[in-house]
Amino acid sequence: MIKILKYSFYDLMRSRWSYVYFLFYLLLGFVLLFLNNELSKAVITLMNVIIVLVPLIGTIFGVMYFYNSKEFTELLLAQPIKRSSIFFGQYLGVAGSLTMSLVLGLGIPFALYGLFESNAIWDFSLLLITGAFLTMIFTALAFNIALSNENKIKGFGYAVLVWLFLAVIYDGLFLMSLIVFEKYPLDNFSLIATMFNPIDLSRTLILLKLDISALLGYTGAIFKQFFGTNLGLMISIVMLTLWTIIPVWRLGYKSKRKDF
Amino acid sequence: MILVENLYKKFGKIPVLTGLDLSIHGGDIFAVLGPNGSGKTTLIKAVLGMVIPDKGTISVMDTRIKNQWKYRQQINYLPQIANFPGNLRVKELIEMIKDIRQMPSDEEQLIARFGLEPFLDKKLSNLSGGTKQKVNIVLTFMFDCPLIILDEPTNGLDPLALIRLKELIFEEKAKGKTFLITSHIMQFVEEVSDEVVYLLEGKIYFKGSISALKIKTNQTNFEHAIAAISTP
Repeated sequence: MIKILKYSFYDLMRSRWSYVYFLFYLLLGFVLLFLNNELSKAVITLMNVIIVLVPLIGTIFGVMYFYNSKEFTELLLAQPIKRSSIFFGQYLGVAGSLTMSLVLGLGIPFALYGLFESNAIWDFSLLLITGAFLTMIFTALAFNIALSNENKIKGFGYAVLVWLFLAVIYDGLFLMSLIVFEKYPLDNFSLIATMFNPIDLSRTLILLKLDISALLGYTGAIFKQFFGTNLGLMISIVMLTLWTIIPVWRLGYKSKRKDF
Repeated sequence: MILVENLYKKFGKIPVLTGLDLSIHGGDIFAVLGPNGSGKTTLIKAVLGMVIPDKGTISVMDTRIKNQWKYRQQINYLPQIANFPGNLRVKELIEMIKDIRQMPSDEEQLIARFGLEPFLDKKLSNLSGGTKQKVNIVLTFMFDCPLIILDEPTNGLDPLALIRLKELIFEEKAKGKTFLITSHIMQFVEEVSDEVVYLLEGKIYFKGSISALKIKTNQTNFEHAIAAISTP
């Protein structure tokens, strides 16, 4: 598996897109810091970008890489390698290189602006950790979709739809249900509904960590009560891990049963 | 060497293999023949574990291959269509496969034999079909394995390369290796193979030597014998 990971990783490192992605974050980091001149404020703006963009890039890169490396996969399948190693290796190669672009692209400007002396370091690390989680989750979802769909156009369509649903539509449905069922106690419902969407979960987690939960209004108070504690933080991390593990497990399961 | 018992495989609703039994012993060259869509490639891919059969068992060198992968160390496989990652150079591809297989290899002799030296630094996406096939052959033959599976090895080869390929097959056979070859070029099959396995509608329709096939169909010409057996 390590060998497949190595080749996938090198392959991606040589492609132009990894650099574009890296340079984009580098530029974003510098521009934000130039405009805000204060680390903690830049972190908030950055969150809004990361929460939406990281899943989108993870999804599109995942699907694109899977379809593009079809030949590579077929070549490897005839070699003495375990099937799951081939797919896990490729998955980790994509997720790893995307995470690296993210961490380095944002880490360099923030480190240059004195991140290590500021107290925003924990918030910033949490931001990067959730960014890494989101990359892993959405790359895994994309790999699953691509594995189940031979047709590229269909696969691409479904992948973008999943992203659109989790990033935009889910929130809309969530808000609407809050308005419709206004008269009922919705504390637990909203907590659970947040858990089932990795994007919402990450956003809430960061907002609460940044201590701007007042923005969330009444529900914010409940969230604060829940996420603010160590237990809440633990549960969110566990949920994010589950969101990563389940698609990865399904990838291994499905790949064992597929014909090539 | 290879033992296939009661193999069934459907793709969607189309049955491809329907209760196929085959036993192949070591040291000979077997030609797997049959009309288009008779399941030749499916059979080969099932032996390699790339296609998962619906029913039946396959054993390679006395080990059941279901959910196994180590047995592929004993197999060299030449795929039908040479699809390689396009952004790699020929040299890098060879190095990569060597790194993955971790076996002694003698690719230099093969590169010289097929005249691939000028292409070593070229990207695979820029190679012609025939040159890709030569690279494919180098990758297949560079390791020393007892079982060699060739799926349409003559695809796109020029006459000189074809002669080199035949020489190579005979040299390897002299070392006691077993071959499984599919081809639509009957002249090539007649020259290299010891035994013919004829697939029809997902089953073995005929298995035996070329002379036995000629006697069975009352034909003196191998190509006509195959044509006769295809139209019962």
